[in-house]
Amino acid sequence: MTPPGREALADRFPLSGPLPSDERALTDLLLEPVQRPAGGARMALLALAAFGTLALFGALGWTFAIGVGTWGNNIPVGWAFGITNFVWWIGIGHAGTFISAILLLFEQSWRTSINRMAEAMTLFAVANAALFPVAHLGRPWFAYWLLPYPATMGVWPNFRSPLVFDVFAISTYGLVSLLFWYLGLVPDFAAARERCRSPRQRFWYGVFALGWRGASRDWERYRKAYFLLGGLAAPLVVSVHSVVSLDFAVTQVPGWHGTLFPPYFVAGAIFSGFAMVLTLLLPARKALGLENVITKRHLDSMSKILLVTGLIVAYSYGVEYFGAWYKGERYEAWTYFNLRPTGRYRVDFWLMVTCNVLVPQLLWSERVCTTPLLLWPVAVLVNVGMWMERFVIIAVSLTQDYVPSAWADYSPTWVDYSLLFGSMGFFVFLFLLFIRWVPSIPIVEMRELRAEHRHGAHRGART
Amino acid sequence: MSRVLMAEFDSEDAILSAARLLRARDGIRLEAYTPYRVEGMREALGHSRTRLARAVFWAGLAGAGVGYAMQWWTSAVDFPLDSGGRPPHSAPAFVPIAFELTVLFAALTAFLAAILRSGLPRLWQPVFEIEGFERASIDRFWLKVGVHAADQPELAQELTRAGALRVVEAGGLR
Repeated sequence: MTPPGREALADRFPLSGPLPSDERALTDLLLEPVQRPAGGARMALLALAAFGTLALFGALGWTFAIGVGTWGNNIPVGWAFGITNFVWWIGIGHAGTFISAILLLFEQSWRTSINRMAEAMTLFAVANAALFPVAHLGRPWFAYWLLPYPATMGVWPNFRSPLVFDVFAISTYGLVSLLFWYLGLVPDFAAARERCRSPRQRFWYGVFALGWRGASRDWERYRKAYFLLGGLAAPLVVSVHSVVSLDFAVTQVPGWHGTLFPPYFVAGAIFSGFAMVLTLLLPARKALGLENVITKRHLDSMSKILLVTGLIVAYSYGVEYFGAWYKGERYEAWTYFNLRPTGRYRVDFWLMVTCNVLVPQLLWSERVCTTPLLLWPVAVLVNVGMWMERFVIIAVSLTQDYVPSAWADYSPTWVDYSLLFGSMGFFVFLFLLFIRWVPSIPIVEMRELRAEHRHGAHRGART
Repeated sequence: MSRVLMAEFDSEDAILSAARLLRARDGIRLEAYTPYRVEGMREALGHSRTRLARAVFWAGLAGAGVGYAMQWWTSAVDFPLDSGGRPPHSAPAFVPIAFELTVLFAALTAFLAAILRSGLPRLWQPVFEIEGFERASIDRFWLKVGVHAADQPELAQELTRAGALRVVEAGGLR
């Protein structure tokens, strides 16, 4: 049974463009990005990203040498850019896991061409995210105090605190994402080991392929492990961002204290993550000449998820406002009805509403969803909007809470800006190295998909 | 005295039918090397199901137990800490970390079992010595047949009739 409309979609936007029918030629096509040196434009972008990376590590060094006093945070705004960046980056990572794990379990075959890049994006986003809370500790060399180890004083971490949940959630998430990504890569490294031209590449891909030989028993274990990792990573998407949202929800700060937070943050995470996948994928697809592998069908599917999660986020904003009005709690009402829309940070607030609620409505148009030049600005604006959302929730709520004598404004310093833009540079830097060095389209999964299609066609012919 | 033959096929249908043909015979051991996981290959070779899922299940359970026990022992037994008047044994607050450790233990087990049980990591495998075997990770399908020396010539002919492009004797393989 084909659901109505599905047939038409498949006809208009096939899952893949014309690809070589020979498996060897397909492998070579998918390995092309790691074989061909990057062009001038990509090298220029790499240089820019390297500059950003330097800015990030320079600012981190400055922070470690002098202290968090170099940031704009001060009581009452103890959490600002650092935690905003942390929540933003970790949220971005969630789309990668959503694509690789949840869509794997639902057997959405369109995930195949994009899952490797999305998973890589997850890893780099988590790497960025993890830097911020550690830098924010003030004395980061004591970060190990967060772990349960037998300390001289005999005291253990407070396991009732969501900040300690975070330590376990983020480290598990990072490690599971890495294992999932690497396990998927092992047979692709084996293909690269055999097909790459330069001996150096053959050597390194051989090392990373771990001696993979594709025995049937190995494939059975491999496939089982891959699906189980997918099944294990899927609830992580929900748990990690729920835990992150608890950092705020368990406090009594007006604008933070809400039971809506976990689902609201998870939807926001997937929303921002899909925006980032599109932001990276659209240029990468063009630069690597992968238009027949990552087709308009993929763009259309991702746009739909972006639209749906955007609507959930918009709905959550509505529920937050309804709650602020219905509870009749004057401090919360102040935060939602005065501070955010009309206060000093109103531009950030209205930018958030515009980018997260209004801009995604363009995705109702099929033309926008399938035209890279129209889709890319939408994705970038959603990224901006989601950063603003985190800033508005985290920093703006803190500027004015209960007692007006304790209110204070917040302004970021050059270190804050260097960390934010530097982390973006670092992210792009890692992504550029990844598409140059690692097979960025899953070769083996493409083969399996084609084998399935061949068999489907056989069966179709017989019946 | 047993010998090992390696037969190269160019399609999954050919290797599957050859495997099905030989599977019922006495004294034959089969293994296949393929560029991707071929649907139905496990049944065609007569291999048993992998028990990896069971190991992962127990590892997950152990993770949950370790996670919960760690929090209970540190917070309620070894150093009870009054944090906002909440009970030292705060069961609901211990759930997230117990869950994360469940996932962590299970995921590590799944990964390590898939890699280590397959005899990896290795820099070199005996089967790599066979000429043309590199295409097993690109577009060719190899069937390994362990057989009694006496049956060897007949079996080589049979494999060729079943569609093998070529059949080689692999001395170093078991």
